[in-house]
Amino acid sequence: MHDLTSLTAIELLGLYERGETIPSKVLRACLDGIESKEAVVGAFLHVDAEGAMARASKLDAEGIGGRPLFGVPVAVKDNICTSTMPTTCASRILGSYRPPYDATVVRRLEDAGAVIVGKTNLDEFAMGSSTENSAFHTTRNPWDESRAPGGSSGGSAAAVAACMVPVALGSDTGGSIRQPASFCGVTGIKGTYGRVSRYGLIAFASSLDQIGPIARDVEDCALVMGVLSGEDPLDATSIAGDTEFWKDSSGGGIDGLRVGLPLENSKWEMDLDVRELFDQAVNAIIESGCTTGGARLPEMDKSIACYYIIANAEASSNLARYDGVRYGMRSDADTLTRMYEETRGEGFGAEVKRRILLGTYVLSSGYYDLYYSRALHAREEIKRDFRKIFEQYDAIILPTTPEPAFELGERLDDPLSMYMSDIFTTPASIAGLPAISVPVGVTVDGLPVGMQVIAAEGREDMVFRVAGTLQRSFGFNKRYYSLSDESGEGDR
Amino acid sequence: MSAGRYETVIGLEIHVQLLTSTKLFCACPAEFGGEPNSRICPVCLGLPGALPAVNREAVKMAVLLGTALGCDVRSRSVFARKNYFYPDCPRNYQISMFDKPLCENGVVELDSDDAPVRIRIERVHLEDDSGKLIHESDGGSLVDFNRCGVPLAEIVTMPDLRTPAEARMLVKQLRQLVRYLGICDGNLEEGSMRCDVNVSLRNPGETELGTKTEIKNLNSFKAIESGLEAEIVRQAALLDAGKEIEQVTSLWDSQHRESVVMRSKEKAHDYRYFREPDLEDLVLDEGLLKKVESLMPELPRERRGRFVDQYGLSDYDSVVLTSEKEIADYFEEVARLSGDPRSSSNWIMREVMGELNNTGKDIRSFGVSPEGLSELIKEIASGRISATAGGEVFGEMVRSDVEPGDAIASLGLEQVSGEDEISEMVGTVLEAAPDEVRRYREGERKLLGYFVGQVMKMSGGRANPSKVNEILKERLH
Repeated sequence: MHDLTSLTAIELLGLYERGETIPSKVLRACLDGIESKEAVVGAFLHVDAEGAMARASKLDAEGIGGRPLFGVPVAVKDNICTSTMPTTCASRILGSYRPPYDATVVRRLEDAGAVIVGKTNLDEFAMGSSTENSAFHTTRNPWDESRAPGGSSGGSAAAVAACMVPVALGSDTGGSIRQPASFCGVTGIKGTYGRVSRYGLIAFASSLDQIGPIARDVEDCALVMGVLSGEDPLDATSIAGDTEFWKDSSGGGIDGLRVGLPLENSKWEMDLDVRELFDQAVNAIIESGCTTGGARLPEMDKSIACYYIIANAEASSNLARYDGVRYGMRSDADTLTRMYEETRGEGFGAEVKRRILLGTYVLSSGYYDLYYSRALHAREEIKRDFRKIFEQYDAIILPTTPEPAFELGERLDDPLSMYMSDIFTTPASIAGLPAISVPVGVTVDGLPVGMQVIAAEGREDMVFRVAGTLQRSFGFNKRYYSLSDESGEGDR
Repeated sequence: MSAGRYETVIGLEIHVQLLTSTKLFCACPAEFGGEPNSRICPVCLGLPGALPAVNREAVKMAVLLGTALGCDVRSRSVFARKNYFYPDCPRNYQISMFDKPLCENGVVELDSDDAPVRIRIERVHLEDDSGKLIHESDGGSLVDFNRCGVPLAEIVTMPDLRTPAEARMLVKQLRQLVRYLGICDGNLEEGSMRCDVNVSLRNPGETELGTKTEIKNLNSFKAIESGLEAEIVRQAALLDAGKEIEQVTSLWDSQHRESVVMRSKEKAHDYRYFREPDLEDLVLDEGLLKKVESLMPELPRERRGRFVDQYGLSDYDSVVLTSEKEIADYFEEVARLSGDPRSSSNWIMREVMGELNNTGKDIRSFGVSPEGLSELIKEIASGRISATAGGEVFGEMVRSDVEPGDAIASLGLEQVSGEDEISEMVGTVLEAAPDEVRRYREGERKLLGYFVGQVMKMSGGRANPSKVNEILKERLH
């Protein structure tokens, strides 16, 4: 009999179709897994065992009925609104908040037959790269509990890596799906900006935020992206487009495709094992029959500076609504201004405050032109650089992060070094391009390493094809974490 | 009031609440009032995760307004966030337009008696309204978010106005315009039209603007005029004393006739405007522009001209009759049905508008229909009743909601034109006044009026006066 918790969504669907198992049985296995591992991993902020079980039993009775995610347990990052569960953004300021409505992605998951198990931990308001900035608890990397799972979707990546759920939703603003996916040895994609409706995603930086899946393999990512994608009248920035063919694209091979390799590669500071695996990935691409060539990427330093200015500017405005007037936490004070100050002073954590201050500063009338307008200008340049690359290439590959998962606590006092772990992921975010992180191997210390595939706007199919090839070459999707788990790493 | 030796420079910002059925960024009803917090949703409340989606109806109305003000309409405009903390502003930023507004560079000509005054319109843009704070006597405050997200078009003029009277006149004209366009009810007191004024003084001949102050939310024509007057006097006194004008924003306290400072420049807001990333550029397609074109009604100025040309009315009458679109429509209907525009104009100017003034009623809810009034005019023209009796009939129509024919019958006002009947009355009057008859025959012709009066009295006003005259002259010959 299969270990139900280590299967992919597509494998589970196969079992359901053949009548070999039922949703409640799969969910039970997941809930048991959560119960046994959660104390160590800390991936969740809320598990709705009862609600999920009721839903699964209902699905047992209904049967699959052509639903693409029938009976698939899914965890949802806790910055995505759910009307039946709290949504806290891992912030004290929203500690007691329960939204009166569901995010569009939550409705789409449920319409597709998925079972939402619970809400996963994150860096407060999705600001961070380690999930240590959660106001509630730290999530640990299942591969090495002394290390960070990455962030800000660290809870979602850890939940999938630890086989608590086959699929989880994350959100990516500057790399928050891809970086934790890389740290946790799972696959995660951020689609073209607007591909997935943001309605119900609690905003960090509106012009960059995108919801996307974290899963065990590329095929599951394509399947879930198909369900999540599509125009939404409630999100004016959402886009329409045919997503049906994605499901098959990862198996399509890359024979004849043109893949760009970053020319700046040799200058980048990165972990030796990461460099080694990147070279192997390049070889695998070449051996798979595609043409390669050097591509001059946008300057990474410029991207990250531009990213932190734009993201924080938008965040300073988006987070202004947490003032204690209408919902969430409210501090007692004599005057309105004191109430604002104390609520926000006590409710927000250090990283969030740092970013609000930075964002307010770069938008203020004296500094707007010096920072914000220049960042907007740089953003246009980055987009243009990418457009040039994609006139020549179908996709480009580069490491997701310059190094594997770092130690917990290691960078908490050094925000700049923390920000640098997003150096390879921010360019695609700034340009609104689809990008995936797919695991290709482990370092000598046994820590997973992900490779990133970026394609032109709207070309998720290319992302899936190239990532699918890497997945087949390295076979990493069949490897599991070793954390105090007897099954260990290797084939099941 | 006096600006003394200074020249006054005034600019206005007028918020026009658009009469859309739903709010600017969501599907909640935009209607005024309702139980507090009964017309709200995650979007207009700015709840975490909710996103705005633009109401095309509001865009159409704002474009209609901009076009009527002679503005250039931008084919691509951009929403921006205006950031500030205020408890009735649920996102703590307002979604407005900043450097790329919907409409720009318009002009309005003031309907002034003197030389025409051109007021340039800087811009017309769209933005959402905030909620309403309710302060309780115990010091607590409550917020009603029903108004949150109601669409506003903001009209910003260039500083081209020179007197409070001009400012008042402009707002009056704009109110008339938005009513003609059917995009706002123009009710200042209820806040569906809100006026902020900016005023500064300078020495005549100077081209630089002086330091300006702003008075917000003037909610009547009177408040606009008196608020400006008081501010001008205050500024002139300061300048006379050699003092600097401080750039402040105030509220007008109409009861004490003074402005109350809200904030000074040192505390002035840095709104940190930036592009609203939740909304795409607002792109106006051909279809929408065509639609707006087809929706453009005849505007007051054109209609006035047409009334003079088509109906032969005086300038004054045309101005009065076109003051409100509904009254102009009413007039045109009465004129068409009665075939007598001159009488229609007279009746409406005197009786109808008099009645509306006295009762404070609106023409839309006025009891006498254009059909009824035109019938009455025809009855007078045909001689069935006298003009004097017409007034009584009209009164009855207003009071009892009856047709003119029924009113004439019930009041017994039908004019008496029968030769025999009038002859008989004339005979009685002449018999009763032998002296006067003699004097008349001796040449005292003005006594004819006396005889006519007596006959009219006897007939209860119903006798046809021209018939009475004719028969009297015959008998006295």
